[in-house]
Amino acid sequence: MGKRSKVIEKDAVVIRFSGDSGDGMQLTGTLFSNTSALFGHDISTFPDYPAEIRAPQGTVGGVSGFQVHIGHKLINTPGDFTDILVAMNPAAIRANARWLRKGSTIIYDSDNFTEKSIQRAGYKADPFAEDKLDSMNLIAAPISTLVKEALKDMEIDPKTVLRTKNMFALGMVYWLFDSKLKYTEDFIEEKFGKKPLVAEANSKVLRAGYYYGETIEALTPSYRVDPAPIRKGTYRNINGNQATAWGVLAAAEKAGLKLFIGSYPITPATGVLEELALRKDMGVKSLQAEDEIAGICTSIGASFAGRMAVTSTSGPGLALKSEALNLAVMTELPLVVIDVQRGGPSTGLPTKTEQSDLWQALYGRNGESPVPVIAAGTPSDCFWFGFEAAKIAVEHMTPVILLTDSYLANGSEPWRIPSTKDLPPITVPYAVKTDKEFLAYERDPVTLARKWAIPGTPGLEHRVGGLEKTVKGSVSYTPENHEYMVKIRDEKVERIVKEVPDLKVLGKKTGDLLVIGWGSSYGHITTAVTELQQEGYAVSAAVFNYIRPLPKNTAKVFAGFDKLVVCELNTGQFANYLRMKHQKYTYNQYNKIQGLPFTVKEIKDYCVKLLKGKKNG
Amino acid sequence: MAETNINHYAAKDFKSDQEVRWCPGCGDHGILASLQKTLAELDIPKEKYVFVSGIGCSSRLPYYMNTYGFHGIHGRAAAIATGIKIANPDLMVWEMTGDGDALAIGGNHYIHAIRRNIDIKIILFNNEIYGLTKGQYSPTSKKGLTTKTSPYGTIEEPFKIGELTIGANGRFFARTVDYNLQLSNEVYKEAAKFHGTAVVEVIQNCVIFNDGTHDAFTSKENRDDNTITLRHGEKMIFGKNRDKGIILKDLKLRVVKIGENGITEKDILTHDAHEPNPGIHYRLAGMSLPEYPVALGVIRAISAQTYDAAMMEQHERVQARSKIRTVDELLRSGSTWEVK
Ligand code: SF4
Repeated sequence: MGKRSKVIEKDAVVIRFSGDSGDGMQLTGTLFSNTSALFGHDISTFPDYPAEIRAPQGTVGGVSGFQVHIGHKLINTPGDFTDILVAMNPAAIRANARWLRKGSTIIYDSDNFTEKSIQRAGYKADPFAEDKLDSMNLIAAPISTLVKEALKDMEIDPKTVLRTKNMFALGMVYWLFDSKLKYTEDFIEEKFGKKPLVAEANSKVLRAGYYYGETIEALTPSYRVDPAPIRKGTYRNINGNQATAWGVLAAAEKAGLKLFIGSYPITPATGVLEELALRKDMGVKSLQAEDEIAGICTSIGASFAGRMAVTSTSGPGLALKSEALNLAVMTELPLVVIDVQRGGPSTGLPTKTEQSDLWQALYGRNGESPVPVIAAGTPSDCFWFGFEAAKIAVEHMTPVILLTDSYLANGSEPWRIPSTKDLPPITVPYAVKTDKEFLAYERDPVTLARKWAIPGTPGLEHRVGGLEKTVKGSVSYTPENHEYMVKIRDEKVERIVKEVPDLKVLGKKTGDLLVIGWGSSYGHITTAVTELQQEGYAVSAAVFNYIRPLPKNTAKVFAGFDKLVVCELNTGQFANYLRMKHQKYTYNQYNKIQGLPFTVKEIKDYCVKLLKGKKNG
Repeated sequence: MAETNINHYAAKDFKSDQEVRWCPGCGDHGILASLQKTLAELDIPKEKYVFVSGIGCSSRLPYYMNTYGFHGIHGRAAAIATGIKIANPDLMVWEMTGDGDALAIGGNHYIHAIRRNIDIKIILFNNEIYGLTKGQYSPTSKKGLTTKTSPYGTIEEPFKIGELTIGANGRFFARTVDYNLQLSNEVYKEAAKFHGTAVVEVIQNCVIFNDGTHDAFTSKENRDDNTITLRHGEKMIFGKNRDKGIILKDLKLRVVKIGENGITEKDILTHDAHEPNPGIHYRLAGMSLPEYPVALGVIRAISAQTYDAAMMEQHERVQARSKIRTVDELLRSGSTWEVK
């Protein structure tokens, strides 16, 4: 490939592909990410798209973006600010202007910067001047014209021609990074295998984009990001929904159970159902139910019948499932409820991220309803916590809520593939027939879990249900029995704490400030705290995955710091929960409710403010 | 467990140790008795039965049945039963439900279970009232019925269960009366043998809140003339003197008298429960007084693939094609790379 006059070496670069929802930006971003991962970069991705499949063209509301952070160092977030923006229209400039780092490169399709489209995006005449981007490294590429030119000899319709524009842009970005085209070409071939002309057109345009980058080389520096020092092993890219699905599947296999998922499509959780629906080869039975309630109720039925049962949803669906979730609490059947959170309330921001279902998960049901709640921290983490949710559910005979969110569900990262032999064992508390009468609610003295008597087993016939029961399983309205059962169900969930690993502290065990978070803020919090530590601040971080019960060393960790701050994407649900559970501490709050993840910078700025700039010593 | 053995069960083997708490005189007692008798006569090991229910008087039945049982939440029995059956198609799943449970709050699950043809037996106790909440009108209450929540009479048209069921692509629909143990036994057995969603509407009397609502065709003096018991392959003849019959004329069912206007037995329709076209079954299931007698017995029973069987078949097909069997194989499928 051509020689390069100016190469910038970087530890990490953030690239954002941005255009109309029909421009294929999600695919472009994914292909670029996979190519980078294959090269050996560490990566983190963040797709950000509108709720409408084809939102009004050319408007800021219709912009679909895919951000990827690639690095030679370990990458924990998709990056706050963009180094390279690929903008297919003026709206993409408008939507992203505030996230551009100084000196960024903007590659844009100049054919699409007509007067009309400029005004549609809310500009008067000159997007770059109006958003003060003139000093950026602007690369105007007449992509539509170039694509038509590249394909002029092929007999394909003009619509298909224009659909390849994203490949042209991708080709240009590949040139900037001196990347190999092979992965993308293989992908094109596989995807359009049945339409060889379309495949050929896409490949041709991809290469045209690459060569165009080379031709205009004098105009721009290119980048070099060396591979990251990653642990040896076999890797793959994985997103949160896929990881969650595979995690519960791994747990089912470990427990010697077959998996059942009853679910209903809802953004951003549908990927879990889709992933498991594929796995008929592994005996997974999946049902797309008639509604959210049927999703959980079929799962409860399957659990009663002896399957590892899962249901997946998002906030509005969890609300619909809450009555049935209590049925699982009452019947003490294992069930994994996956809530991929999104912006609420009501339909809210269906495609945006938020951590605002925490209280719903903890408290959103009638009566005294103890349910373990755990949360995953990164896309690949979803595998471990999917596994963990299922393990807790089965071993403790209880429904478990696993909280992930839109950011984790759609975000992806390279993942070192584990071997299932390294996963912990799962012991299923089966009931067995003995001479004694089987009592449905007789409990294990240690875990307080009841036994799982599977229909079809002779001699263990019993009835369960939503009405309060005695140990024997008979309906009972006796005052003392009810109080006893309420307390013992609660105690059963509290005893899970014995298996909850200690809360980990990133950094020293004592200091001026502990930055607390839970679930998906893991990447941003740990990156911010690591940077603060490097800058000399006495700051540590602790990000929770176990919400109910909380790790037993929680208070001990908190006691080591002068100040505590809880960062979360809601108005303070976890902070208030901690205030209730560990009253003796004062909790500062840093909250964001914009449907977006934190940026590293805002967490850092807040911490520095809280510390009044005070550094070590 | 040898499944082919005669199990020698008696009805009492299916009685649980729970005290039956329905009101004295309630039609539910008869339903329980005939179900227990039916199970004793079927050649299926006891541990394979699962009785599932929602909420309401009907839904207490699983507690009284000495089998596996699941007393669910209001309206959701069909969904719970569906999950059980898919999880383990070896089980025989019976759903106990009522007109409020299945057709109001649970209407969605009801029609979708039927549409899928999941192999469950739905016994729908139709007393045209909410009993457990003490007497409010239900989706099957007659228009104009005065209840606590309709003090001036209802202004709603009721559902006809047969029409709804067949309209939802129901493959099996039967009707019986709570006190008619013999017919019930016959119909339950047919439902048990049927592969797919079998709906049995049981005309049930709630002595407390809607006593006598079905009397026009269930009382001793009315039942012979105002009901017709359909049996596959038999002529549609009814009446105390067995002199009335049903014919189809000008696309309409008509009640005729044998011997009048030249009508002979030959002119009377023969019941074909296996006819796939739902038209005639829909009309038979919808027959009501005063124009028609109410049809009892198995009105429709057509075979089709069940959902659970289709799922097993699909699993086999996919398994024949895919090499992935274990999680380790799955994690390493698709595009991966080595870091050395
Ligand atoms: S209220 Fe009616 S339906 Fe319920 S048990 Fe009493 S008589 Fe039967």
